[in-house]
Amino acid sequence: MRRRVLPGFGLSLGYTLTWLCLVVLLPLAALAWKASGIGFEGVARLFTSPRTLSALKLSFGGALLAAMANVVIGLVVTWALVRYRFPGRRLLDALIDLPFALPTAVAGIALTAIYAPNGWLGQWLVPLGIKVAYTPLGVLLAMVFVGFPFVVRTLQPVLQSLERDVEEAAESLGATGAQTFLRVILPTLVPTLLTGFALSLARGVGEYGSVIFIAGNIPNRSEIAPLLIVQRLEEFDYATASALGIVMLAFSLLLLVLVATLQRWTRRWAEPAT
Amino acid sequence: MTMVHRRRRASTPRRLGRLALIVATCAFLCLFLLVPLASVFVEAWRQGAHAFLESIDDPDALAAIRLTLFVALVSVPLNVVFGVAAAWAMTRFTFRGKALLGALIDLPLSVSPVVSGLLFVLMFGAQGWFGPWLAAHGINIIFAVPGLVLATIFITLPFVARELIPLMQAQGTEEEEAARVLGASGWQTFFRVTLPNIRWALLYGVLLSNARAMGEFGAVSVVSGHIRGLTTTMPLEVEMRYNEYNYVGAFAIASLLALLALVTLAVKAALEWRFHADTDVVAAARRRGT
Amino acid sequence: MKLRPALFALAATVITAPALAKDVTLLNVSYDPTRELYKALNTAFVADWKASHAGDSVTIRMSHGGSGKQARAVVDGLPADVVTLALAYDIDAVADRGLLAKDWQARLPDNASPYTSTIVFLVRKGNPKGIRDWGDLVKPGIQVVTPNPKTSGGARWNFLAAWGYALKQPGGNDDTAKAFVKALFQHVPVLDTGARGATNTFAQRGMGDVLVAWENEALLAKREPGGDQFDIVVPSITIVAEPPVAVVDKNAAAHGTTEVAEAYLKFLYTPQAQEIEARNFYRPRSPEVAAKYASQFPQVKTFTLAEVFGDWRKAQAKFFADGALFDQVGPGN
Repeated sequence: MRRRVLPGFGLSLGYTLTWLCLVVLLPLAALAWKASGIGFEGVARLFTSPRTLSALKLSFGGALLAAMANVVIGLVVTWALVRYRFPGRRLLDALIDLPFALPTAVAGIALTAIYAPNGWLGQWLVPLGIKVAYTPLGVLLAMVFVGFPFVVRTLQPVLQSLERDVEEAAESLGATGAQTFLRVILPTLVPTLLTGFALSLARGVGEYGSVIFIAGNIPNRSEIAPLLIVQRLEEFDYATASALGIVMLAFSLLLLVLVATLQRWTRRWAEPAT
Repeated sequence: MTMVHRRRRASTPRRLGRLALIVATCAFLCLFLLVPLASVFVEAWRQGAHAFLESIDDPDALAAIRLTLFVALVSVPLNVVFGVAAAWAMTRFTFRGKALLGALIDLPLSVSPVVSGLLFVLMFGAQGWFGPWLAAHGINIIFAVPGLVLATIFITLPFVARELIPLMQAQGTEEEEAARVLGASGWQTFFRVTLPNIRWALLYGVLLSNARAMGEFGAVSVVSGHIRGLTTTMPLEVEMRYNEYNYVGAFAIASLLALLALVTLAVKAALEWRFHADTDVVAAARRRGT
Repeated sequence: MKLRPALFALAATVITAPALAKDVTLLNVSYDPTRELYKALNTAFVADWKASHAGDSVTIRMSHGGSGKQARAVVDGLPADVVTLALAYDIDAVADRGLLAKDWQARLPDNASPYTSTIVFLVRKGNPKGIRDWGDLVKPGIQVVTPNPKTSGGARWNFLAAWGYALKQPGGNDDTAKAFVKALFQHVPVLDTGARGATNTFAQRGMGDVLVAWENEALLAKREPGGDQFDIVVPSITIVAEPPVAVVDKNAAAHGTTEVAEAYLKFLYTPQAQEIEARNFYRPRSPEVAAKYASQFPQVKTFTLAEVFGDWRKAQAKFFADGALFDQVGPGN
């Protein structure tokens, strides 16, 4: 019904598709073409290798956990930044993009410097039995770091434009703060939170630069999947490297589609509430 | 003003809750962002201001800064145009395969930086699809500036679209439809109604893209060739210096990138100041009017 | 009236100068910590070339990165005129794609390595754990930091040094060597992807009791702030690390730079260049220069790759290929 009221369908979709084909699909086709070089047998060997599996598990498991952590922390942080006024708020707000602006290697080196046994925080944490640097926990930390801006920056504009009158109405009807938040605000934020989750997840899965400095990189323990790709490249084995890249891409795509489905479902569920 | 009133009226438990949230946020951001930032500056200044300035006032460093700015300046606007077009198509119309399109827009994010540089090598490298043809015609794409721009566009592609889509979805199309019914042209509707509504999301999209464009290492390092003073961006210069046991020099460049956060601060403050009255008045009017 | 001949002469120089003095640019694709070395060498070579070639000027551009990554870039089209990498295997890979002759290593003296280094240990000040030799690295409670040979070309020399040590012990054979490196990697808590990362882990992060490193990098690390906190220990026997250099024939021919490129590499063997290399912590090939810098480079018993392993292709296939020895004995197994 509303479909033809607004113009620009052909132009915007046409432009989007052309650009996507040129910048994304064509290069990925080149990757798939290279990956096909290892054949079925090569793929089978890749998947039966416990080392590959454990690296994939660390990359995907770590990224999932990191994305979940980011959603929770990101929601709290964005709420405070958007809804409250306190000294230093603008500075903290500006710092949110820092994990993007710092080259990943610098982030990795800085995080390791802080959490290593002789680091600013590490010297307090390690005696408590919390080892962060050179363990899978360090991998998780780096992934939270690189994915953090996604959640805050996607949530921020939505929370800013969220009309307060709904909340006010709920409050005037006697709802408590917690009730208003859980029943009224949260449902409208869920689709956006899922977007942030998906972006943070996708970023964490492929992250290399910051993770390798803090991970320890011990095979079967703290070795991430992108490191395996780099090792294949060092052997001039482009085909296997591409195949690993495609496998990781397919997995994350699957997760993204899952999140998108969930998002549609929650949006339908959220609609009556608003 | 309304905010101040509400704050005064708030009950004690709510005030405590708010305080707890603010403290938790500050504590987390300090530990998680401010401490790493501080450590970068501490390393950069470890041998004093002189060493810091010397390592920045160096032809290679200046060339890297210029190149980084240039690459961001080319790739970010292109992605803004793409992001707006994609968000418009995705949120203003229903069509088949919309979910697929959404996934495609996110695709570059799921590609590991280790692989995303390889993509362009496989296309434009000497052994790649178009490599021999390009070489025969004397066109350099990878190991030259066009390759850096391409790789940067690829990795920052989803950001603007991803910022805009959820917001434009949440906002709906009523205002734009009203404008159309009142006789505004398509472009007028976009510039007068849509753009003001999405400006914050657009800004965050630009900030994210820009930060990522300037800070990206993985993909860019594969297509750059690391020719000093020619194809080396700031993150690559950081890595090279670090590997040369020039710790202070590496962190000096890194701290310049970290200063981007301050640019963000300035841009946001300027925009907030510019739109401050506007936002409040319009929002209030809208709330009352509709 | 005197002005006119002067002007004439000036005009003549301006017109003829481009034809006389050629302006050439060389791209040297090198590995990581060689920036200062080549900065000094390039300055010297440019002056030398200008003096001996009627004012021709050469500009030398540098590219630095991990040795394997640099080789891949050249294979993929980075227009290098010369490559100066960390190990012959990486130049072999470039040669395999037809960019230079397969016998490149025989074209220059000393396996085409104008300078060498060796594998040593960096320990904490005063050597509190009493580490004197390779055998001490596998003692209980010792932690060893070394980068991953799969991602760092330099670290492959470390691995081969350890293997060679075990082979050269009384009764040493492939099995005892395998057992030794396996035990050694059980003592490795962190596998950094590059030599610099490993040095940082050891020096700045305080991890481990000993860092296995190239001698030139150990000396670079000692020069950094806080570097006086470390001592260098030379083991009883170690490998000669030979970073090779070669002209990339096909690229140089295409750029018309073959002559300059060849002269550039030959220049690396001259006494003047050997002196620069020694000052940048590489062991010079020239005995005279070596004698002059003897205090910097302690006497050490060494073996070469050729003596123990044949050549780099064999070593790579046996130890570092996918699923080869390192994957069987490395950490995490």
